[in-house]
Amino acid sequence: MINRRDFLKIAGVSIMSGLGSVSALNVIKDNILEASEYLPPSGAITAKRWGMVIDVSKFKTDENFKKVIDACHRIHNVPDLGNPKDEIKWIWTDTFKHTFPGQETEHMPEALEHKPFVLLCNHCENPPCVRVCPTKATFKTKEGITQMDYHRCIGCRFCMAACPFGARSFNWKDPQHFIKEENKEYPTRTKGVVEKCNFCIERLAKGLMPACVEVSNGAIVFGDMNDPNSDVRKILSSHYAIRRKNELGTRPSVYYIIGGNENA
Amino acid sequence: MLEKALSGSKKYWLWMTFLLVLIGIGVISYLYQFRVGLGITGMSRDVSWGFYIGQFTFLVGVAASAVMIVLPYYLHNYKQFGKITILGEFLAIPSVMMCLLFIFVDMGQPMRILNVLLHPTPNSILFWDAMVLNGYLVLNLIVGWTVLGADRKGFPPPKWIKPFIYLSIVWAPSIHIVTAFLYAGLPGRHFWLSAIMAARFLASAFSSGPALLIILALIIRKVTKFDPGKEAIQALGKIVTYFMIANVLFLGFEFFTAFYSNIPGHMHPFQYLYSGLEGHEKLVPMMWISSILAIVALGLLIFPRIRRNETLLAIACVAVFLSLWIDKGFGLIIGGFVPNPFEKVTEYWPTLPETLIVLGVWAIGFLILTALYKIAVTVREETAGVELEH
Repeated sequence: MINRRDFLKIAGVSIMSGLGSVSALNVIKDNILEASEYLPPSGAITAKRWGMVIDVSKFKTDENFKKVIDACHRIHNVPDLGNPKDEIKWIWTDTFKHTFPGQETEHMPEALEHKPFVLLCNHCENPPCVRVCPTKATFKTKEGITQMDYHRCIGCRFCMAACPFGARSFNWKDPQHFIKEENKEYPTRTKGVVEKCNFCIERLAKGLMPACVEVSNGAIVFGDMNDPNSDVRKILSSHYAIRRKNELGTRPSVYYIIGGNENA
Repeated sequence: MLEKALSGSKKYWLWMTFLLVLIGIGVISYLYQFRVGLGITGMSRDVSWGFYIGQFTFLVGVAASAVMIVLPYYLHNYKQFGKITILGEFLAIPSVMMCLLFIFVDMGQPMRILNVLLHPTPNSILFWDAMVLNGYLVLNLIVGWTVLGADRKGFPPPKWIKPFIYLSIVWAPSIHIVTAFLYAGLPGRHFWLSAIMAARFLASAFSSGPALLIILALIIRKVTKFDPGKEAIQALGKIVTYFMIANVLFLGFEFFTAFYSNIPGHMHPFQYLYSGLEGHEKLVPMMWISSILAIVALGLLIFPRIRRNETLLAIACVAVFLSLWIDKGFGLIIGGFVPNPFEKVTEYWPTLPETLIVLGVWAIGFLILTALYKIAVTVREETAGVELEH
């Protein structure tokens, strides 16, 4: 027979564990809410999964690259700290060898070998940075953008170690003094947080294409990777395109058409 | 029992004052970092973790000292360790505290650190690492304090403590495995992406932790009336020997896989660390010192006759400790970032304020360690000769 004392013990333990699991459920529920609270404002352009195709051959002069980089860095208040150690960049260029390490061959066309390529966050479908973030400061939106909450980031830089594409920059110092001309429409960051390209989520919300796409003269095409009739899908179905470090399985959303002028 | 840390000889207070000065310098340096940002360190966009995270990683290993004594004593009834279980547990406490402090000083936004608990994220290994480290700290505090408290009164420890002791034994490997998983699951970091990483962490932990414990036990015997016991020290020496052999072997396995497969991405970090890459060789001397120390240590440890000489054993333990301090506290972290994801080399070296902060954290650790050991040793001196059944 169960006596009163034992009964109370069991009852107490049951209530405690019940309370515990209820609060655990609440935590899980909160997170689902957090992710689904977002509703696109009217006038926004939306997609199931945003993606980008960069036609390398359409970047012809240094001016073409500069325009794209400046447009992005200006509207997003990306500071210029003037040294590689503290450097913050959302979009930049590098050579084939450094953009696609391990893909370079010994006898590739010289023009291709020395040509700059545009690099930015790949907004991977399966992003390691989101997986490792201990606070969900980096997360995936429903539209496939790898987005950041600068106010939640604790600056542990686990995401920088996890990103195989070197897409992330850290504010080693207070960036405020290094912004040439502040754009009041977009927040500046504080020291001690990570930042990166956001696929111009704030422009998409207003029905505008990403800044780099807008000034690229058609060299960068942006659209819905899950819509077979989108521009990006049409280009990909007729041109062979590559992604950076495809073998790692992060499934980047940024494609590169390398082919040269005949494909343009 | 805390009051026992507040009375001591002149030498005791001189040592504590020295540590407090180091802590003061560290705190001032940290305030500077807090104001200006982590830009005052040598870390960069390419090498985004450095000395702090290296020290954290190394000290997780040192915290293992406890289990290597507690396990043989409680599970195998190895009586010789009875007197020093407390030394192991009281070394684990400041080690884990230093780990947590090193993570704290590495944060870009330290005031937001509780976000880790406010927004628990089970898919992040860092979340689990925070859980297992804090858990290990609490377990060792409970066990160490309770057992010592009972000893002081001349009673055997209460029965309810046993489950905590067994839990601490099972818990200990988790702190190394989870810390290894911080690194070993990242795509694109060839140096870390290795299944043997966790095994290497365990081997280096179970050699560096007990090595430090031997050094501390020898110091205690010299400066106090408490003798940790010749047999206990020799048994610890055997533990250090076997795990150091395993550790060096595991490193050898990494070399074999990288160089026999001849895959450039796998070879590059090893080349950078041990011979330099594209003319960059800042870490090469350090890594060779580490290797030479490891060989010297093994040379002294493997032969029982040499190992039985306590002076030579002490030298071997210092060699093990320094070798692994370089290997794990420095090379392992930097090697993961060089070359960077673009296959370019950016080097790293800590700055002066960064080094002072590191020294400050170590000084905090040693201050806590000294106070705890003072308490333990005083209790032991008072109950000298009274053998207690645990």
